[in-house]
Amino acid sequence: MERIYMDNAATTRVKDEVFEAMLPYFKEMYGNPSSIHSFGREAKKAVEYARGQVARAINAQKEDIYFTGGGTEADNWIVKGAAFGQRRKGNHIITSAIEHHALLHTCQWLEKQGFRVTYLPVDGDGLVNPEDLEKAITKDTILVSIMFANNEIGTLQPIAELSRIAHAHGAIFHTDAVQAVGAVPIDVQAMGIDALSMAAHKFYGPKGVGALYIRRGVRIDVNQQGGAQERSRRGGTENLPGIVGMGKAIEMATENLPEHMARQTALRDKLIDGILERIPEVRLNGHRTKRLPNNVNVSIRYIEGEALLLRLDLAGVAASSGSACTSGSLDPSHVLLGIGLPHEIAHGSLRLTLGDFNTEAEVDYVLDKLPDIVRILRDMSPLFHQEEGGKVLV
Amino acid sequence: MYSEKVMDHFEHPRNVGEIADASGVGTVGNAKCGDIMRMYLKVENGVIVDVKFKTFGCGAAIATSSMATEMVKGKTLDEALQLTNQAVAEALDGLPPVKMHCSMLAEEAIKAAIEDYKARHPEA
Repeated sequence: MERIYMDNAATTRVKDEVFEAMLPYFKEMYGNPSSIHSFGREAKKAVEYARGQVARAINAQKEDIYFTGGGTEADNWIVKGAAFGQRRKGNHIITSAIEHHALLHTCQWLEKQGFRVTYLPVDGDGLVNPEDLEKAITKDTILVSIMFANNEIGTLQPIAELSRIAHAHGAIFHTDAVQAVGAVPIDVQAMGIDALSMAAHKFYGPKGVGALYIRRGVRIDVNQQGGAQERSRRGGTENLPGIVGMGKAIEMATENLPEHMARQTALRDKLIDGILERIPEVRLNGHRTKRLPNNVNVSIRYIEGEALLLRLDLAGVAASSGSACTSGSLDPSHVLLGIGLPHEIAHGSLRLTLGDFNTEAEVDYVLDKLPDIVRILRDMSPLFHQEEGGKVLV
Repeated sequence: MYSEKVMDHFEHPRNVGEIADASGVGTVGNAKCGDIMRMYLKVENGVIVDVKFKTFGCGAAIATSSMATEMVKGKTLDEALQLTNQAVAEALDGLPPVKMHCSMLAEEAIKAAIEDYKARHPEA
């Protein structure tokens, strides 16, 4: 059976060109970038070249890119680094209720250390209202961190508007752009972004490498002591092949971005429209148009997400869900609850995220299989009653 | 993460459906938690001659419902009341620890249906 991968928000396949670019850095140019001999110098050159590739992709200065072990580390660093680095200025942080756990759990930990955190609510589409930020911000606010694009429902936030408010009150503006880099245009200058997190494996690069952009002059604490790497702010020998792969991947992901977005958006809309047409009592989660070009998230009433994923998997389709059973807790996803869904609707969520390797034929296959799978599970569900003629009664 | 038996019962659940003139019906769980099980029993002379279920829930919830119906079919009510969640889980070659509550629901649903039968038939 052919397998179809539609979980590209979880991770992506490394592109051939990225893989090829990484290979020489395992067995040939394996030097430590800190060494002064030729092996070290060629390794150092490769790291600095990749730093330039990453910087160009978001219109940043090369010196403002710091490589990390991934998006979670970047999020941890900026939040803790800003909190402790600016402690004398204030103790208040503002974020949103639908951030990734890398952000939320770090903020919750900081609350235990005596910091105050405001979690801005979102509307039914997952949008933060800039007026809510205006109301919550004070002279004690040191950091405003709002994600660029939500990983579950794909909603894109009004970043430039939010950063303007943060700056008007002297706060740093950070955005977790892990899902957005390589998917939509990002310009840290034009958008007023002071710090930005990203992870290579979301844009066809390798796992275990990411970066934090920190605008020069923004004061945050050191991430990791123990070496002069990354301007002494993130000590430790660099993940050389990973960094090289990240550079190549971000360059490929951001060239021809408009064409790339148009292709993904067309597939996305075909999937959304097809699901809404073929299956009754389904709602789209997230904003209809202000959303990532590759994200589809729907709630299918009367069924539970894990059962749906298992059935899709049996049909060869890899997807994800925000149900409690898949989140590993008793509650469904905080994002789906955050946009106001009742628990039972949130349990029936399905996320399909497209990537460069998906084809229209794969979209057609999913649209062909999904209605039958939903019918089987609904026929089994005590919440679902169907009258003859197909009118749903519950 | 699931055993082959769990996947077999999930993919091909036994005894799915409703019994129109059921002798007893039991519903446990709630939609908020993501699991609802409803069991329908047909009882004749103290023996469960037919049993059907409907379940809203994850793979383990569906598989344990299916297995529990197989385990009580043809049994007397007293025998069926001896059904434990461990027995259901063992019959499925085990469940992941976080899914043990699903087997608990299966046991409770069978018991709730038997109690409903007894309430409707106080002479039994």
